[in-house]
Amino acid sequence: MKFGVVVFPGSNCDHDCHYVLSEVLGQDVEYIWHQEDSLKGVDCIILPGGFSYGDYLRAGAIARFSPVMAKVKEFANSGGLVLGICNGFQILLESGLLPGAMLRNRNLQFICQYVNVVVERDDTPFTMLAEKGQVLRIPIAHMEGNYVPPEGGVGGLENRGCVLLRYSSPEGDVSPEWNPNGSAGNIAGICNERGNVAAMMPHPERCAESIMKTQDGRLIFQSVIAYLEERKTKAS
Amino acid sequence: MQGQDITKELIRDHGLNEEEYQKILNILGREPTLTELGIFSVMWSEHCSYKSSRTLLATLPTKAPWVIQGPGENAGVIALDDTWALVFKMESHNHPSYIEPKQGAATGVGGILRDIFTMGARPIASMDSLRFGDLDNPHNRYLLDGVVEGIAWYGNCIGVPTVAGEVSFNPCYDGNPLVNAFNLGVVKKDKIFKAQATGIGNPVIYVGSKTGRDGIHGATMASEEFSEDSQEKRPTVQVGDPFTEKLLLEACLEVFQHDWVLGIQDMGAAGLTCSSSEMAAHGGTGVEIDLELVPQREEGMTPYEIMLSESQERMLLVARKGTEDKVISVFKKWGLDAVVIGRVSGDGMLRVKVGSETVAEIPAQALTDDTPCYMRPQKDPGKRRRIRDNHSLFWLKEKGDISDPTYALKALISHPTVASKEGIWRQYDHMVRINTVVLPGSDAAVVRIKGTNKAVALSCDCNPHYCFLNPYEGAKQAVAEAARNVACSGAMPKAITNCLNFGNPEKPEVMWEFAQAVKGMGDACRTLETPVTGGNVSFYNETNGKGIMPTPTIGMVGILENLEWVVTQGFKTEGDLVAVLGETKGHMGGSLYNWSLQGVLEGGPPPVDLEKEHRLHQLLVELAKNKLISSAHDTSEGGLAVCLSECCISSPDLLGAEIMLDEIELETIPLLFGEDQGRVVISYLPANHDDIADLCERHQIPINTIGEVSGSTLSIQTRDHHLNLPVATLRELWRTSLFNLMHWEIPAE
Repeated sequence: MKFGVVVFPGSNCDHDCHYVLSEVLGQDVEYIWHQEDSLKGVDCIILPGGFSYGDYLRAGAIARFSPVMAKVKEFANSGGLVLGICNGFQILLESGLLPGAMLRNRNLQFICQYVNVVVERDDTPFTMLAEKGQVLRIPIAHMEGNYVPPEGGVGGLENRGCVLLRYSSPEGDVSPEWNPNGSAGNIAGICNERGNVAAMMPHPERCAESIMKTQDGRLIFQSVIAYLEERKTKAS
Repeated sequence: MQGQDITKELIRDHGLNEEEYQKILNILGREPTLTELGIFSVMWSEHCSYKSSRTLLATLPTKAPWVIQGPGENAGVIALDDTWALVFKMESHNHPSYIEPKQGAATGVGGILRDIFTMGARPIASMDSLRFGDLDNPHNRYLLDGVVEGIAWYGNCIGVPTVAGEVSFNPCYDGNPLVNAFNLGVVKKDKIFKAQATGIGNPVIYVGSKTGRDGIHGATMASEEFSEDSQEKRPTVQVGDPFTEKLLLEACLEVFQHDWVLGIQDMGAAGLTCSSSEMAAHGGTGVEIDLELVPQREEGMTPYEIMLSESQERMLLVARKGTEDKVISVFKKWGLDAVVIGRVSGDGMLRVKVGSETVAEIPAQALTDDTPCYMRPQKDPGKRRRIRDNHSLFWLKEKGDISDPTYALKALISHPTVASKEGIWRQYDHMVRINTVVLPGSDAAVVRIKGTNKAVALSCDCNPHYCFLNPYEGAKQAVAEAARNVACSGAMPKAITNCLNFGNPEKPEVMWEFAQAVKGMGDACRTLETPVTGGNVSFYNETNGKGIMPTPTIGMVGILENLEWVVTQGFKTEGDLVAVLGETKGHMGGSLYNWSLQGVLEGGPPPVDLEKEHRLHQLLVELAKNKLISSAHDTSEGGLAVCLSECCISSPDLLGAEIMLDEIELETIPLLFGEDQGRVVISYLPANHDDIADLCERHQIPINTIGEVSGSTLSIQTRDHHLNLPVATLRELWRTSLFNLMHWEIPAE
């Protein structure tokens, strides 16, 4: 399988995603510079974390104008897999590929810590190896992760099956106490209705090796790999 | 060259004395221009010239077989293995952080990062040593909040994790907070870059941000005492742009992959002046630049302003003739300015022109090596070293009797210096680059080096109370503790960098403190085989004539030969035996108990036996290598009781311990809270006891088994007291204290 990791000026988790996909999971990975207008034939695009354009103006607000984003949109509309992580989430919101917006964290501070997230859908390419209700322990690291849903609210998103991950207790209880940043409905990750574009604030690439505190992040990448392999088998 | 009259007032306003001005006249053989006066002023400032400290610093040990680059370059370098090297340095940004905490601290991080990637290395880990006045004073909370926000903003944006640090408190830092920023990077041994202008005729290229009027005379400001009106100096604090620095970092590392660049220097303190003169002097050449070519973001800047600007995120580099277009194209790709502004010359001069007019012409050596140098008078202040202070125990909700060891332990575990710094480090991205194997909160941070099976262990330490009571012993202790922390993780301490924060060196007592601290640090570094590879000196940490306690902060780098050997501080398994390595004698002088609970700082600090300390570190590495221990934690502030509490609190399962100290013939308070040095609490499988005891004997380190890991309560029996505290209670006190003091939201965990 071939993955593409987009590099915007100010991306800083690009190396990490590349490392986990290539060195840990043995996949083909290419960096894609933000000014390129080809996605190099990849099967899945990752928009990594960081501070694209310094997060100046608003996180993700400038990156969406990068030439590569037009190609990412085309790719997504044709069913290609797109995963936005942290700043990548913010960019997907700004570019309209996913609904909603981000506010600054409730406490107005940057927050870097492990959190628990409960899996809400196990039928997407990004979570197919997980089980609904499974709790993953994955770190977050952001200043703007206080998700605000579009018109229709959290209920509307739920109805359309767009809620992917929620902040929870270690046992999977979704309550305000376990909400680190004020995000509506404890939302930590969402996807589009078709399920091929997803975004999450937690960083799966930060917990995908045995030397890390958990390896729960592997599940996200392995789901994508399993999905792509399945698709390939079906096609052939 | 002509211009403004150089009056006595003007000379004095530039921080130059009569003798120094006379020296300038002798060097130039004429009166300086205003631009030249400004250049001399910054280059001969304490901050840039080390004129009060140079002679003493020369006594420090700087060599070892693994040291590739000692002091004198942008950062020190040691070997990691046959291919890779570690580049690291620590620098202070105290004065700017007092005036404008967020930008002051942020640009401190930006500056140290540039020092590292200027050498060709990719920065992979930061840490910060911070000191503030007590947090019952709202201004100190404002400073802490701003400093932490600044470090987080800059470090997080550029994507270099802040993995460790220390924060401590004393009223002496009320008007003089300390912000010491450390960074470490990795580089291939054959790809190290230096600050030198070589090859006559080669192009001198300016890259990075445009030059503005910010930070003019920052270096001179850092060489003065503060007074009430220091807030007026706000405009001399630079403003950071971490996004531009991220671009600069990536562009520099891309350019370095080719053989185009011959030398590079970042524009930190004294900006273009310092970088151009240092490169000329180190290269044994000269540099000629034309200020009309310098990218500027403000109109009408004078040569004086352009030369002295401390605008951030700028570099000066010398490239091989003919490669300038390639160099420039890489910077353009990253959206940065890159302009040839001059040439390397052969006449040893720093020549500054505006078009065809020469506005400054100074021998480069006179600015870098032949600067004034003072052996300032020293005076031992004698035995007057004591402070008695009325203490409010402001951080405690529950008042009690401090002679009750249970209450005392609760008070110490929640003291801001001991309590969890989670509220601070959760604001730092401490995981980006996915190398942080041991997360913040342990004795040392452990960062793996990708592509090898090794890791580095980092710690920064200094106990200002010890240094105040005895700067020689205090500095020795700072090195020993930093090394011990690193060794507890299983890594061998290899080298240090430092930030020597002191008061006004023109006061003989301060100069004596400095000399004593340098001597203590030198002795410790020699015995522990951790040479000094660089660092900085920050004098004039005084406001309204009141100086700080001597604070020689040590940044220690250790190498963990195999990532699998890593040891952390928390108890791991029920039934493990608990033992203390080293001797417990109940030394209370300078202890946190005496200071924070009784308001008394007097007596001598706990002495350090350096030979024994060295053997202890080797023992710890052996124990880790042979996988004999489950945990190791250094005993420091708050003594054995705090150390044992931390072993429980840091336990993944919040395990408790049954501890029997009734055979030790000491009063309970000194037994539990004395701060004897050279001690480490370890836990291990009972089956490993004999092997461990053998190793201890071989290294001549006493081991005393004091109990076992058990249950969820920390229970300590002394001759006349019994303590019994649920680990959950201890953890709650320890974890929430700083959050509460800072009025920060406490996250669920």
